[in-house]
Amino acid sequence: MNRPAIAVHGLRKSYGGKVVLDDVDLTVNAGTVTALLGPNGAGKTTTVHILSTLVRPDGGTAFVNGCDVVRDHGGVRAAIGLTGQFSAVDKLLTGEENLLLMARLRHLGAKRSKTRVAELLEQFDLVDAARKPLATYSGGMQRRLDLAMTLVATPSVIFLDEPTTGLDPRSRHTMWDIVRTLVADGTTVLLTTQHLEEADELADRIAVLDGGRIVAEGTPDELKRLVPGGHIRLRFADAAALDAASGLLVESARDDAGLALTVPSDGGVSVLRTVLDRLDAADVEVEDLSINTPDLDDVFFALTGRADTKGTAS
Amino acid sequence: MTTITAQRKTAPGTSRRSHVVADSITMLHRNLLHMVRYPGLSVFTIVGPVVLLLFFVFVFGGTLGAGLPGADPAGGREAYLAYIMPGILLLTIAGSAGGTATTVAMDMTEGITARFRTMAISRAAVLAGHVLGNTIQAIIAVALVLGVGVLIGFRPTAGLIEWIAAAGLLVLIAYAISWLGVAMGMQAKSVETASNWPLLLTFLPFLSSGFVPTESMPEWLQWFAQYQPFTPFIEAIRGLLLGTPLGWSPVLAVGWCVVIVVAGYAWSTAIYERKSVR
Repeated sequence: MNRPAIAVHGLRKSYGGKVVLDDVDLTVNAGTVTALLGPNGAGKTTTVHILSTLVRPDGGTAFVNGCDVVRDHGGVRAAIGLTGQFSAVDKLLTGEENLLLMARLRHLGAKRSKTRVAELLEQFDLVDAARKPLATYSGGMQRRLDLAMTLVATPSVIFLDEPTTGLDPRSRHTMWDIVRTLVADGTTVLLTTQHLEEADELADRIAVLDGGRIVAEGTPDELKRLVPGGHIRLRFADAAALDAASGLLVESARDDAGLALTVPSDGGVSVLRTVLDRLDAADVEVEDLSINTPDLDDVFFALTGRADTKGTAS
Repeated sequence: MTTITAQRKTAPGTSRRSHVVADSITMLHRNLLHMVRYPGLSVFTIVGPVVLLLFFVFVFGGTLGAGLPGADPAGGREAYLAYIMPGILLLTIAGSAGGTATTVAMDMTEGITARFRTMAISRAAVLAGHVLGNTIQAIIAVALVLGVGVLIGFRPTAGLIEWIAAAGLLVLIAYAISWLGVAMGMQAKSVETASNWPLLLTFLPFLSSGFVPTESMPEWLQWFAQYQPFTPFIEAIRGLLLGTPLGWSPVLAVGWCVVIVVAGYAWSTAIYERKSVR
């Protein structure tokens, strides 16, 4: 078994009596993306801050790349990069100067600094803006620069704390592409997000954090299966066909007005095949079929119990 | 899946120590860029003392100068210019602490400081960048204010050795006050309140022998004026530039500088660790 890139056990943290993290366990394997999904105040940022040595935990252990985040600051810091929720750029400098600053602080040497900075400006589509002050940058450009600064020294573990919050859809997709490229190059990524779509898009595994506790953990598909509500919806041409089908599929729910049947499903192929086989054998025509798998929204709200506050919470 | 191995080439202790100097220079470079690009604060630290200098010399100078012990009543203004110039120079340095504190407080609210903390940079380097940058800024300000003084008739009697000693002492004082300014900026809860503490520093030159002889003050104030650091600072500079008796003032001045540097360093490093994340 490989050593995990991030290993967290029994992590606890409270601020002034308010418990922010309550016994959090988390394992992230090297070269994978894990999303920490949760609402505001769930403890996502605190977790990232502890893992990136910004905050000391009250209890529990956390290792990044095998280095203890409390006892071996230096080891952790040499391996990680953090792009936080709030942009960590120097707004008084230009984009290029920001990158050069990072290159110098990573001691890349004059020559390698230059080539690396040019490389990153190219890769993050910042060449035209390189010599302009950051005041002229859009939100998306600043975020890209922020991430580029994190990547100057090619860290092996990257923390992305809500990397796309406040970005427009296009910038968000650009950011996603960048993250995918990173992972393809073997970087381990821990990202926090409130966007279920984002976790679904990017993550190999998702840990759902709520009220300082991990309430569920698994692959996106595993999480979806945790939640009931997946079904196959069959629509028929007339009432006769509906009657026939309803007789064949006893577990189904009938919708007379819509001439439709709803059959519970785990989203797997076998259920679908069984249903179709049975209807086929009895010569019942299906006019229309749709498969509804629960999306992460369902999972999220089912797990965190906030379904009814969805409207007010956002 | 491949195993990720730690990418440290040297033991963390040694590699970090050898980088402190390089990182300090990088940070200094960053702070100097800020000053060049956004000179507003720097200009303020020069304009303030110059205005006060002109004000004191041309408005109060005639009368105050005539009251100086042993002064010729007719040449009061020139005598007073000579008398307060060292105090104005020290006021310039004290005033620069306000700019330092504001810069530092601003920087601490920026995400970039949190980023620095997640990188393997020593905190001494981050702080040293601020301190050195602001020392340079203060020294430039002092030189310009001195220039204005010479323009309006300040004539030091110092020889080369005295000039070098005075310059060295001014640099040392500016360095010490910068550490204090950095610590005060760290301590501040917000950028708006950052210059409150340093404001107290700018009162000290007034409550010393900088503007009037301490003998003319009430006894309790005299006691304070004699034992606070700005009196030996000013007496030492005055002695070096104008040939007044030095006494113990250079020793006291250097001693105070050492105390202030140590205190400012300890104060600011202690706060830096817990303050970078908000």
